Amino acid sequence: MTLILSLVVGTLFAGAVYLMLRRSVVKLILGLILLSHGVNLLIFLMGDGLRRGEPAFVDSVTGAVSANAADPLIQALILTAIVISFGLITFIMSLAYRANQAVQSDDLDDMTLTDKL
Amino acid sequence: MYDSIVLRTVARFMLPLLFLLSVFMLIRGHNLPGGGFVGGLLAASAIILQIIAFGPDYARQAIPVSHLQVAATGVVFTALWGLPGLLTGQPYMTAFWLPEPIPGIGKIGTPVLFDIGVYLTVIGVTTQLAFILAEEPLFYPMRKKATPSEPVAPEA
Amino acid sequence: MDNHLFLPILMPLIGAALAVVAGQRRMLARTIVLLATLANLGYGTWLLWLVDAEGRQATQSGDWAAPFGITLVADGLSALMLIVAALLMLTTLIYSFATLDGDQERFFYYPLLLALLAGVSGAFITGDLFNLYVWFEVMLVASFGLLTLGGSRGQLEGGLKYVVLNLIGSTSFLIGAGLIYGVAGTLNMAHLGERLTTIQEPSLVTAIAGLFLFAFGAKAAIFPLFFWLPTSYHTPPVAVTAIFSGLMTKVGVYSLYRVFGLIFPNELARFAPLILTLAGLTMVIGVIGAVAQTDIRRILSFHIVSQIGYAIMGLGLASVAGLAAGILFIAHVMIVKTALFFIGGAAERIYGTAELKKMGGLAKREPLLATFWLIGILSLAGIPPLSGFFGKLALLQAGVAQQAWLITGVAAGVSILTLFSMLKIWNEVFWKKAYTDVSQLPRVPAGLMIPGAVLALASVALGLGAAPLADYSALAAGQAFDVSGYVVDVCGVAGCDAAATTVRQENTQ
Repeated sequence: MTLILSLVVGTLFAGAVYLMLRRSVVKLILGLILLSHGVNLLIFLMGDGLRRGEPAFVDSVTGAVSANAADPLIQALILTAIVISFGLITFIMSLAYRANQAVQSDDLDDMTLTDKL
Repeated sequence: MYDSIVLRTVARFMLPLLFLLSVFMLIRGHNLPGGGFVGGLLAASAIILQIIAFGPDYARQAIPVSHLQVAATGVVFTALWGLPGLLTGQPYMTAFWLPEPIPGIGKIGTPVLFDIGVYLTVIGVTTQLAFILAEEPLFYPMRKKATPSEPVAPEA
Repeated sequence: MDNHLFLPILMPLIGAALAVVAGQRRMLARTIVLLATLANLGYGTWLLWLVDAEGRQATQSGDWAAPFGITLVADGLSALMLIVAALLMLTTLIYSFATLDGDQERFFYYPLLLALLAGVSGAFITGDLFNLYVWFEVMLVASFGLLTLGGSRGQLEGGLKYVVLNLIGSTSFLIGAGLIYGVAGTLNMAHLGERLTTIQEPSLVTAIAGLFLFAFGAKAAIFPLFFWLPTSYHTPPVAVTAIFSGLMTKVGVYSLYRVFGLIFPNELARFAPLILTLAGLTMVIGVIGAVAQTDIRRILSFHIVSQIGYAIMGLGLASVAGLAAGILFIAHVMIVKTALFFIGGAAERIYGTAELKKMGGLAKREPLLATFWLIGILSLAGIPPLSGFFGKLALLQAGVAQQAWLITGVAAGVSILTLFSMLKIWNEVFWKKAYTDVSQLPRVPAGLMIPGAVLALASVALGLGAAPLADYSALAAGQAFDVSGYVVDVCGVAGCDAAATTVRQENTQ
């Protein structure tokens, strides 16, 4: 499982870098989305071992957590990261849309107004 | 907005149902999977369904509140329920619980009220996003390359 | 437990939400944001005094014992940055009241400013690596909103580049945080500092440190990651540019200081030559870029990059003296840079353009404005007795003491180029004969003059009071490198691993 997930993370990163190197704004954003997915999976891999079926809930009688419980912290981290990237991607998509309206182009090379002397 | 009688009929029925489900999710949240965030998303999706079925104008009339103000109220509410800890000399966000659980709802404490703030914030922000995207008046197709012959768009 | 540490985050956050609720009632919204910022300024002053008197302050949110809960820590560096941030925000508010029209205020300008302050304060005061990421994002989202508010073509284009490059920086920060959790099994900075000294795979830690250098370097706009800054910073309203120049990049620098001082002190020695090289290149490239420009705000934007080089040089010297000099310098540059943007913005408003060629003769027309500008540029170049002189002097002294001759020489040379480039603005805007009749131009309103004047006078005050400030920055630098003291203040005398074991035992009983 770890191996498969590692390969998936690598593929997502590779795809993200490829897309981000394109000149199209849409592909750039798609690359950012892939990148955030890759990072989320990477954090998932960094947890205390991959286990299934045992959430980290406290036993109501003994007050102890099962020794085989999954790492809850990475889940919290990923949830936070997902929410943040959701907000940011929404913002950047609407920004790209407005930029496309103003520039009438999807090409980053046409967006050099602020760089020119 | 899709002009579909099936969608419109279903959407009319789904609005109260989805809201009920979202409140259920919210209350269930602090002991079982669920919570303010999921509940908020469900409620927001109920409103988004109205936008898709009847268009943004109708949806605004059906739920006549300022969504950003709902979100801001949620943030204030969330921040507020961390304060009891501070006032009693403990760190911010320290949890306080009623001694006995209320029948049918469960244990009530500051984390539950905190969750209600999260619920409001998520509803407000998500519906606001949906409205902004839905009310965009014109649709410009993404163009490949600017050509000199095309008129320059006026600055918004 | 020092529970008051939550206040600098809470006050602006609640203020921002209340200002949204206030909506179109402009005066109410203005009052709320002004009060929240003043409260933060007052709190920052008190915290500075407290840290100076009693040392580091720490608290745990939700009463979850360290290293499990989110820790908030204020040491000398945090307290200094907090107070400067609140001061800059206050002057920005005054400037905004005077310059913005109703349209811009309608689109939640003040709530965004306060959210920015909340994010910055949170980043300065948190003691948890992932929480630092969250505050970075709060700050970034607010800054995205502020940068694109108004939606002109330049803002949209510049904003797109700003957003994308900052998003890539944040993502690499997140990758680093994830990896370090995999390596060390914790995200609490004190716990990390304790564990990383005895880690099994030191080469992996080096790689993670490099990732953090990239992430924070992109935020701080060091060479070669600075491209987003000059392309976007001159597009929004002047008040927004000014507060960005003072706060945004400096949070990146602060994070570099914090992370390399506390979590990777061993890696700092390894990275020091690289950081020094980058610092030198940042200084030179930034100032050369500025020399080529002919627009006030673009010139100043390139100078932000150049000044970041000095701040990074303080880190690259990898000594307490170097970091103390860096802290002294960064407090100075935040204030002076913002002051220059305010004054340049006032001149821009009078002429209706920022093109140097079309301006002139302002010294006779507005002698006060010219005086404050002169104070600002002399301070930025490092002329005694202004604050910039002492910041640069401390940096050069630290460089000489460690016999880092090359970077010291570059730093001194870039100062001259800075003065040259600033004098260009002085000559063109204030000194040369005007082509048009200057007496026809509008006067500078007080609201545009006061913010720049306050900050310019603050620079004079920092220069005159350099001795206590230097003592304080030495204290702050000592605290920033003092890992064991940090661990004791956060987790107790026995250390974080022992504290974690105690909590586990208590819970299972």
